Amino acid sequence: MAKKTLNIVESAYRAVMEEQDDTILWLLAAMQGAGAQHTVVLRGNAVNYAVAGQGVPGLTIGEWKQTQAPKMDRDLLDVIEKRKIPVYVIAEDLADRGIQESELVPGVELLSRTALPGLLAGYDVVSHW
Amino acid sequence: MSKKTITVALMDPPYETENLTTAFRILGVAAQRGYNINVFAYEGASGLAFIRQTPHPNPVHGKDLAEENHPTTKDQVAALLAEAEKNGGKVDWVNCGMCVDERGVNEFVPGTRRGSPADFHAFVEASDNVLVIPTK
Amino acid sequence: MAEYLLIESRDPFESNDVGYLYELAQGLVESGNQVTLFLAQNGVLPARPSKHSAALAALARSGVNVLADDFSLQERGITKLAEGVTSASIEVVMDHLAAGHKTLWH
Repeated sequence: MAKKTLNIVESAYRAVMEEQDDTILWLLAAMQGAGAQHTVVLRGNAVNYAVAGQGVPGLTIGEWKQTQAPKMDRDLLDVIEKRKIPVYVIAEDLADRGIQESELVPGVELLSRTALPGLLAGYDVVSHW
Repeated sequence: MSKKTITVALMDPPYETENLTTAFRILGVAAQRGYNINVFAYEGASGLAFIRQTPHPNPVHGKDLAEENHPTTKDQVAALLAEAEKNGGKVDWVNCGMCVDERGVNEFVPGTRRGSPADFHAFVEASDNVLVIPTK
Repeated sequence: MAEYLLIESRDPFESNDVGYLYELAQGLVESGNQVTLFLAQNGVLPARPSKHSAALAALARSGVNVLADDFSLQERGITKLAEGVTSASIEVVMDHLAAGHKTLWH
């Protein structure tokens, strides 16, 4: 059985247009496909990834047009539904940013900031991204 | 001291943040101790071992090439590999392949190799511990 | 219970997120774990006595082992440390990693 890894992700919207992915969620999905056992906690600005209905059209520079613009909410659903990676979202960080629970994609679990220390105990490896 | 296997994931590109200064210091300790070291060089860090880096002089301080003796991360990577080997440890330094491709940094310090997230997973499974040094 | 190493590379002057890691350290100690907070890079700036050092002193009093990377301190000319903070070598990081302690970098 693979080691259980908890990934606390706070990096948000860093190079997502150029990479057409959040590179951390992408990496974890790829590792899951190789047999890893990942869980994700979104904290800080990364909680915004759980907001449904986000995204922009591809960039255009002169004649160059981006055809595969990313959508973080879609990618998060992929992580949850296809990759079977549980995703927690820090409730206080949502509230701080004025995000209501009703705005979130289905499948994320709310976690209080105060419960985070206790969550770490259940994992072999804890990584911060 | 018993031999350990430590995995470190790096993300920062060369010459941009202090994270890599600290990372190489940490890795240097592991190499001195003869530990086995796995490095997954992801995103900008995939350029750390790019063999075509060249040093430069420092005209602001009036130093020529030799006087400036500017560090290159490729030399730091090579030195790390040598130090580990000298002390009986092994370094498996993987440059994430897609990261390398999009940056065009696909010529590496000998002893490092191209790889993928599957390598990082294998590293995690085989290590005594894992340290991810994230970028901001 | 477990041992944790939390590495804080950020400082409270530039980032308002440093409190998160301090709170995590406190929460882990309150849950019965042994916690070392290793300040590195600009993370050592509040180790110089200032109004921002009080948080570190409070952590130390609550049982967190608060260390500051000696290289980062010297690089910044910090010679006097706030209450509760001790200078330490980077070897400490590898000691914790080698011992299998969960290690987070912020």
